[in-house]
Amino acid sequence: MPLDPVNISPVLRADLQRIADMVEPDSRVLDIGCETGDLLAYLWHQKNVDARGLEISQDGVHACVSRGLSVIQGDADVDLDGYPDKAFDYAILSLTLQATRDPKGVLANLVRISRHAVVSFPNFGHWRTRLWLLVRGRMPVSASLPYSWYETPNIHFCTITDFVELCRELKIEITRSLIVNRGGKVQDRPANGWANWTGEQGIFLLHKD
Amino acid sequence: MGLENSVLKTAPIDPTTLPGRRVRVAVDQPMILDSGATLGPITIAYQTYGQLNADKTNAILVCHALTGDQFVADRHPITGKAGWWSMVVGAGKPLDTNRYFIICANVLGGCMGSTGPMEVRSDTGRPFGLDFPVITVGDMVRAQKLLIDQLGIEQLFAVIGGSMGGMQALQWASAYPERVYAALPIAASARHSAQNIAFHEVGRQAIMADPDWQGGAYFDGAAKPTRGLAVARMAAHITYLSEPALHRKFGRQLQDRTALSFGFDADFQVESYLRHQGITFVDRFDANSYLYITRAMDYFDLAKDHGGVLAEAFRATKVRFCVMSFTSDWLFPTSESRDLVHALNAVAANVSFVEIESDKGHDAFLLDEPEFHRVLRGFLDGAASHRGLPTSGMD
Repeated sequence: MPLDPVNISPVLRADLQRIADMVEPDSRVLDIGCETGDLLAYLWHQKNVDARGLEISQDGVHACVSRGLSVIQGDADVDLDGYPDKAFDYAILSLTLQATRDPKGVLANLVRISRHAVVSFPNFGHWRTRLWLLVRGRMPVSASLPYSWYETPNIHFCTITDFVELCRELKIEITRSLIVNRGGKVQDRPANGWANWTGEQGIFLLHKD
Repeated sequence: MGLENSVLKTAPIDPTTLPGRRVRVAVDQPMILDSGATLGPITIAYQTYGQLNADKTNAILVCHALTGDQFVADRHPITGKAGWWSMVVGAGKPLDTNRYFIICANVLGGCMGSTGPMEVRSDTGRPFGLDFPVITVGDMVRAQKLLIDQLGIEQLFAVIGGSMGGMQALQWASAYPERVYAALPIAASARHSAQNIAFHEVGRQAIMADPDWQGGAYFDGAAKPTRGLAVARMAAHITYLSEPALHRKFGRQLQDRTALSFGFDADFQVESYLRHQGITFVDRFDANSYLYITRAMDYFDLAKDHGGVLAEAFRATKVRFCVMSFTSDWLFPTSESRDLVHALNAVAANVSFVEIESDKGHDAFLLDEPEFHRVLRGFLDGAASHRGLPTSGMD
């Protein structure tokens, strides 16, 4: 084997690791909002995945391409339209849905261009968020949602229940749901009302024929 | 004052005496051009750098731009200047000659040793001049493929080029996908825009308006259409830069004087610079070649060759693409690279796309742009790793 040109992060962020675990080896993956390419590099080196990325920031794209990843500078709201149906085995959108202008359109595109879509997002229905709003009457700010309302890139927050409802409306099948709690513990559980109270983040494996 | 004084003294280029490698192709069977005309035998003048490995898997074809040539990383035999991409090609450079075998050929229609309008015809004993058939980017690449065949290289590791060189890289990937592992079109486009055709027409008209052009048959006397060619170069050179770059470099500064002359001398540094660009260009370039090569670029339209759908040019391609553009390039703007990327996405091609921040205009791909070089190196390392070639081991 040739020398490895890439310094891959030895440890993936916990949610990314769970997403990586869902991906079958030797598959074709598009990571939308891939940042500096940690997940893609991991999938390439550990699972021999044909890894592609879409990233909006110039710095992120440069970092990715410089480490040998196939990444396009682009925007999930605009640049998914061009991909053909079922072009990828997996399309991954991690913690990015809430920052898109048209989450519904993006979600529809995700399941169109892939056999399996993996979507993760911060759950605005978590009890601490609800309590914050109830008690303080102000937009919640936390370690996982660190921005003030006037500067946040997260313009379309939703709850796990909202997301499940949107999937139903779009006739998207949720084949698996992982709920990440406050301690970072990840559990394979149904995306029900309880999950909507206790989950800080939801990770969903989706499919649409 | 005009350009005459300095321009008329130039010695003619004699391509047959230039250093470097040469091969004759299309000897037994002439090449059929896109126009339907035939041409052959064809001479291709080329340079190589580095060593071809035993499997012949480490070859990179560098395609030069309109006024470039095969002397990528050599001191230029006419101007004495460093090669046009000596910042990119060399030991330890992004196109690392310690690891890759770099090939660069003078394009068909060129004037640095490859068959073009300057070549003396065997049947008439006179140069082709305007009897040379009109060629296309497709024809240039067809001729390059004959060279690669002769070198016994089954698949090029990469084809890379900026501007017209990028058009050739795209043409290679489209016409011979199985012969290309990675394609890097830089500051390029899948079709030449109306604005670019317009600029080329200005250049051609400048050449043809020069009485010394003589309908392209300027071979007998000493006079050559150097004034027309110099003006063509001056106009074109402006399109390779950007307003901020020109301002930064020259502003409104005066040339060798403290006050305006109230005449038509080169009062401003920018005028003097452009005149210099025009005057030095004619030493190394042939006016007819300029006509033919600009025409080839004008005719380039990959979508048109595929039923009007650009994606069809790359259907089921396995080539890995790296598309790069520069923010201040208004000749081949980022939007055109993005159109190309969308077409490649439509066939789920493996593509990277990077826009590099630069205020240097179209010429940025030829200049010292560390970020560009870093991304280039990274992409090639990644592709080399996938191809099973040694990489630089750098991150």
